[in-house]
Amino acid sequence: MTLFFENARLIDPATGTETPGNLLVRDGLIAATGITEAPEGAEVIDCAGRCLAPGIVDIGVKIGEPGERHKESFRSAGRAAAAGGVTTVVARPDTLPAIDTPELLEFTTKRAAEAAVRILHMAALTKGRQGREMTEIGFLQDAGAVAFTDADAVATDARVLSRAYTYARARGALVIGHPQDPGLSHGAAVTAGKFAALRGLPGVSPMAERMGLERDLALVEMTGVRYHADQITSAASLPALERAKAAGLKVTAGVSVHHLTLNEIDVGEYRTFFKLTPPLRAESDRMAAVQAVADGLIDVICSMHTPADEESKRLPYEQAAAGAVGLETLLPAALRLVHAGALSLAQLFRALSLNPARLLGLPQGRLEEGAPADLVLFDPDAPFVLDRFALQSKSKNTPFDGARMQGKVLATFVAGVQVYTSNNQ
Amino acid sequence: MAFRARHLLGIEHLAPDEIVTVLDLAERYVALNRRTVKRTEALAGLTQINMFFENSTRTQSSFELAGKRLGADVMNMSMQTSSVKKGETLIDTALTLNAMHPDLLVVRHASSGAVDLLAQKVNCAVINAGDGKHEHPTQALLDALTIRRSKGRITGLTVAICGDVAHSRVARSNMLLLGKMGNRVRLIGPPTLVPSAFGDMGAEIHDDMASGLKGADVVMMLRLQKERMDGGFIPSEREYFHRYGLDADKLSHAEPDAIVMHPGPMNRGVEIDGTIADDITRSVIQEQVEMGVAVRMAVMDLLAQNLRAERGRAAVDGTYA
Repeated sequence: MTLFFENARLIDPATGTETPGNLLVRDGLIAATGITEAPEGAEVIDCAGRCLAPGIVDIGVKIGEPGERHKESFRSAGRAAAAGGVTTVVARPDTLPAIDTPELLEFTTKRAAEAAVRILHMAALTKGRQGREMTEIGFLQDAGAVAFTDADAVATDARVLSRAYTYARARGALVIGHPQDPGLSHGAAVTAGKFAALRGLPGVSPMAERMGLERDLALVEMTGVRYHADQITSAASLPALERAKAAGLKVTAGVSVHHLTLNEIDVGEYRTFFKLTPPLRAESDRMAAVQAVADGLIDVICSMHTPADEESKRLPYEQAAAGAVGLETLLPAALRLVHAGALSLAQLFRALSLNPARLLGLPQGRLEEGAPADLVLFDPDAPFVLDRFALQSKSKNTPFDGARMQGKVLATFVAGVQVYTSNNQ
Repeated sequence: MAFRARHLLGIEHLAPDEIVTVLDLAERYVALNRRTVKRTEALAGLTQINMFFENSTRTQSSFELAGKRLGADVMNMSMQTSSVKKGETLIDTALTLNAMHPDLLVVRHASSGAVDLLAQKVNCAVINAGDGKHEHPTQALLDALTIRRSKGRITGLTVAICGDVAHSRVARSNMLLLGKMGNRVRLIGPPTLVPSAFGDMGAEIHDDMASGLKGADVVMMLRLQKERMDGGFIPSEREYFHRYGLDADKLSHAEPDAIVMHPGPMNRGVEIDGTIADDITRSVIQEQVEMGVAVRMAVMDLLAQNLRAERGRAAVDGTYA
């Protein structure tokens, strides 16, 4: 099977370039980028000057299997990912029950075959995400776990963590932390400040993130483990991250697209679809995070896709579930940063595709010969108004409902096979 | 008439002229309430349901009396013993009640924003009788009426709000109202109980009663909301009373004719000395209760007028079945 993409704007995050050109795909791999003529027998796809970029690698996607399939299944998440240009989904283990044994991981791996895109799995770092005993890190790796995380359950016992990190280091495993001081952030619904005070909602200082990060970084220094902070969302955390990187620790950081494009004021009149973990921040924090992505201090942009059903959101703000779906809105929302002039397309795909792939040791995220032909074809300028009921996800809890977006995915390919095409291409 | 609101969810949504309209009408109800025959027919034929998801004696009876004096059919629903216990969600409860066609819904709930949420789902007028730590608009209006009657104006005054601001919806609503009407607002309390963010919104913040009360025309004490606190916000009640409890000595820093207010119920000996609370030359606490009924009558009267006008228009347009 040979595909020839012609007349494309090739976005290559590895070289940081954006060039008009063609791309040849053969047997699921990128075969060449420099050629001008379609080889005989190749299926020609006219990109009409639209952007062709390496497919998104989204670290930290919640899928409701096992336990909450009514919120999201591998099949529905796969459709949503394909529609969003996400070609590799890295699933979170904060399911019911948590994925903390190789047997459970085998189950989800089997179920994941239903998805239209590649699914990789993370496993819990501690049993039941309880922060008391480490999981069978070695067996879980053998069963395919690509990283270890307790998601938003933050262990309070540093001794447990130090042992788990030490063991993980010996196995060469990547651990993903949720930097947040558990005491300070307990029960918080919004970020402390004017908005929280006016709305009468329990707030958490953004300092709780820095405290959580500083502790984790001390443990990283102590154990030498490879560490990724799932979401760095506040200006106060950035100097700590910068110091750790400068000191040569194996540390990277991510941020959700919501924290890059929305702020605490968007919660407005208690709109629960804007309730996230961690909560949306002040505008100054949002701007600092955008700058950190542009500077490469924050490595990864993710969707932090967290499906929630209507019942769990139709509650008073404090009681409502946190989290937003994001697989399909990740790229259009992130393109706001490009339209605002904060990032180039190549910089954006560095954070969406190349860096997360590198972090996990994957060959994806590049437009070079021999790389897997996981591709997204999109029009960065096409405007549309988002209708949450048009989303592929089973859950429709997006903060972008009714929002004006600019940038549409036209087609998505995984290993050279088209898994999504928009109707009005 | 300058009162455009469809619901009374908070002071945040009211304009100064709407506030004045409520206070002016409430004055007329104060006079009515002092007569032997206290009844009017302003709400005759209308149904008022009081939904209290959180315990309340004074606010609920104040609303009940206000509705009855206006001739409404009043029903009290104690939500602590109802289907909420059986797992029904707030919205389902609201929809169930809505199907009974009430005209006025008075709601108190322990969660900030819960009354806003409910108001989106029903088609009657909703009055917020206190939501979590957010707003308690009728309390701020009755406080404003009390101040205006005592001071002759509700502008250009220095008002000190003292104590547990962080957990107080009364403080938030009062701060908004007093600010909108052009008063100087001071917040006094230990920093653990006074969010510094309010300082960015125009209030002056003091952690010392003597400096905070200097020159104050109105001293508004707040109840220490022990039930809303998780964990220690103050070292002890006796240390709190020593530093922040209102006694004659601390009150001497305020203007000589300063009035003392408290939304009740009081913790005597915690935030206020009993002798101050009972001193009828300084304390207007009993008058606040009286103004409460009148202000609630005014609010419900005005909302009912808007409701009737809206339905009248809908009937003409053929959209009201």
